Amino acid sequence: MSHPTSNVAPLSADSPASQRERFVSAFGWMLLARTFEDKIAALYRAGKIVGGVYLGRGQEAFSAALGMQLNQAQGDIFSGLIRDQAGRMAFGELLIDSARTYLGSVEGPMRGRDGNIHRGRPRQGMPAMISHLGAMVSVVNGMLIAKRFRGERDVVGGATIGDGGTSTGAFHEGLNQAAIEKLPLVIAVADNQFAYSTPTSQQYACADLADRAIGYGIRGYSIDGTDLETCLETFSEAIARARSGEGPQLVVGKLLRLAGHGEHDDARYIPADMREKPYGADCVPMAQHRILEENWMSEDEIEEQVRITQDRVEEAVAKAQSEPDPNPFRESWHALATKHLAEGTIAMD
Amino acid sequence: MAITYLDAIREAQARALEEDESVYIYGQDVAGFGGAFKATKGLAERFPGRVIDAPISEDAIVGSAIGAAIEGMRPIVEMQFADFSSIAFNQIVNQAATHFWRTGVSCPITIRLPSGGTEGSGPFHSQSLESIYAHYPGLIVMTPATVEDAYGMMLEAIRIDDPVIFCEHKLLYYHLKADALPKTILPVGKARIARAGRHATVVACSAMVHEALRAARELAEEGWEIEVVDLRSVKPIDTDTILASVARTGRLLAVGEGFPWGGMTSEIVSRVAAEGFHLLDAPPQRLNSKDTPIPYHPNLWRAHRPTWQSISAAARNLIRL
Ligand SMILES: Cc1ncc(C[n+]2csc(CCOP(=O)(O)OP(=O)(O)O)c2C)c(N)n1
Repeated sequence: MSHPTSNVAPLSADSPASQRERFVSAFGWMLLARTFEDKIAALYRAGKIVGGVYLGRGQEAFSAALGMQLNQAQGDIFSGLIRDQAGRMAFGELLIDSARTYLGSVEGPMRGRDGNIHRGRPRQGMPAMISHLGAMVSVVNGMLIAKRFRGERDVVGGATIGDGGTSTGAFHEGLNQAAIEKLPLVIAVADNQFAYSTPTSQQYACADLADRAIGYGIRGYSIDGTDLETCLETFSEAIARARSGEGPQLVVGKLLRLAGHGEHDDARYIPADMREKPYGADCVPMAQHRILEENWMSEDEIEEQVRITQDRVEEAVAKAQSEPDPNPFRESWHALATKHLAEGTIAMD
Repeated sequence: MAITYLDAIREAQARALEEDESVYIYGQDVAGFGGAFKATKGLAERFPGRVIDAPISEDAIVGSAIGAAIEGMRPIVEMQFADFSSIAFNQIVNQAATHFWRTGVSCPITIRLPSGGTEGSGPFHSQSLESIYAHYPGLIVMTPATVEDAYGMMLEAIRIDDPVIFCEHKLLYYHLKADALPKTILPVGKARIARAGRHATVVACSAMVHEALRAARELAEEGWEIEVVDLRSVKPIDTDTILASVARTGRLLAVGEGFPWGGMTSEIVSRVAAEGFHLLDAPPQRLNSKDTPIPYHPNLWRAHRPTWQSISAAARNLIRL
């Protein structure tokens, strides 16, 4: 039975056994993300989480396929955005760090100073997104430039974004910069048909966002983002090409956001028939169906995995809830690393 | 051999490149061409691969510098003009400035802003943005007024573990000269008494220090001794040195080249009013540029910004109050 515990080295699917292992492992991350986010949504509705909660429901396959096939131990980077719970954990983010950030624990990476999806451990290849969409692309570029200066070859940076985010100037600047510098960057665009309430027809006028790759002089891929095997295959190829020096890769996955923009949003603006479209499918039961069909796991084994996953989530949330909240009287209230230059603390001689 | 303010900035960058292999320079036309003002002239040849031409993408220039800094590099970004940093505003104030506080990982980048007005430069090549950046927590804002500080503070800016906005004044680039590069400088965060006096304090930074000094010479002929405080850094601001000066003179005039609404001069006046009200013999005054975009024609430009003449007039009024 496959149970995701740590970040595994990227699996190539060159044998039936490794294909099974890769698929089942990715499914494990998807299941963990779905289970965790369901829990977070419940806590939000119960008033236990302040601010907003934004779910990656429907995007787990696309997100996990990138995160899982990058190699944190080797120096790769994964820059996740709002709908990347699956990819973040598959890359190496600890479940407990996710829980801590939603709940504001001081033990978490953001220590209550920032919350929800705005989290990361930059020194471990996980930059902490700012809200401003498009802004993280060039940050990943810079991390890759630093690695190039240090002579670290063979590293790849993965960055994700939504269809709406591709309309920003920052996204264009970042992608163009990566192309000029031939950086080993894999950009995953989750084209989930809506940016908040705005349909893609008001977001871009090209036939497919992947067509933009030509304009940047890079390779583009357009895939069904709900099909786990396709996602795994495509990101495996894109990562390999980036790693071998072919420059940035633009992977566009067609899918549907199976939730409101945030949990405050009932998403009434999404027409009912969208669910029936090919990209409207739910990747999690689809992947589970495939596993059963291929006989990679039995019904019992899947049930067992669901139960273990739920236990892990409950345990992580309980632990994060038991940890101390931030204390305003213990805060330094200084924003500088150079303490003596923070206003009000200059040593006068 | 005379060394200009611009030479000092270039030499400081050369020294940093020499001494620290994590330093690199990134900006438009900075490599073979040596930069729009020649602040990086010859550096690409001396340090191959470490002075890199950037596309016209200020957001991505700063964004990538932040990413590199997170990974332990110490990038120097040259904005072609301070005015264009508005395109990178998001990366500067939301990404760089918040990074250490949010994540505990420092972000040592230096952003060089060729700042301030020169004749004929107009609304988009003349701005002084120190107040805008000083407003944001997490940034250090340096405004050197001398060749010595241009050199020493540039070296400090690169060494400091936080994002530094380095406002270098274009009007000082070529005509401000010193005999040699300094061996030591005052610590960052300390203001300097540029001229001692006892009848009024004028606080200024960057090119305005020189306008204030000229005004002080003018008033000296009338028998008034003006003390001129060169702030050196706008953030942190050295309130203690300002208050000590006001304690000596009893009168304050804060002069800034930036726009008049809010900003550095307001900050100085408000701090002195709050912490040194008892030291004041007259209401504290401010002098800024006018509340319009910066004009193109020299006749208009000279009237738009504070000059030694308008500073003299303001100081005379202050002394009479
Ligand atoms: C530059 C910027 N403008 C506005 C917002 C507010 N905002 C947050 S998420 C969002 C929609 C994003 O849509 P998309 O990029 O398609 O991603 P999705 O939410 O569909 O995953 C908007 C408008 C923002 N975060 N950044």
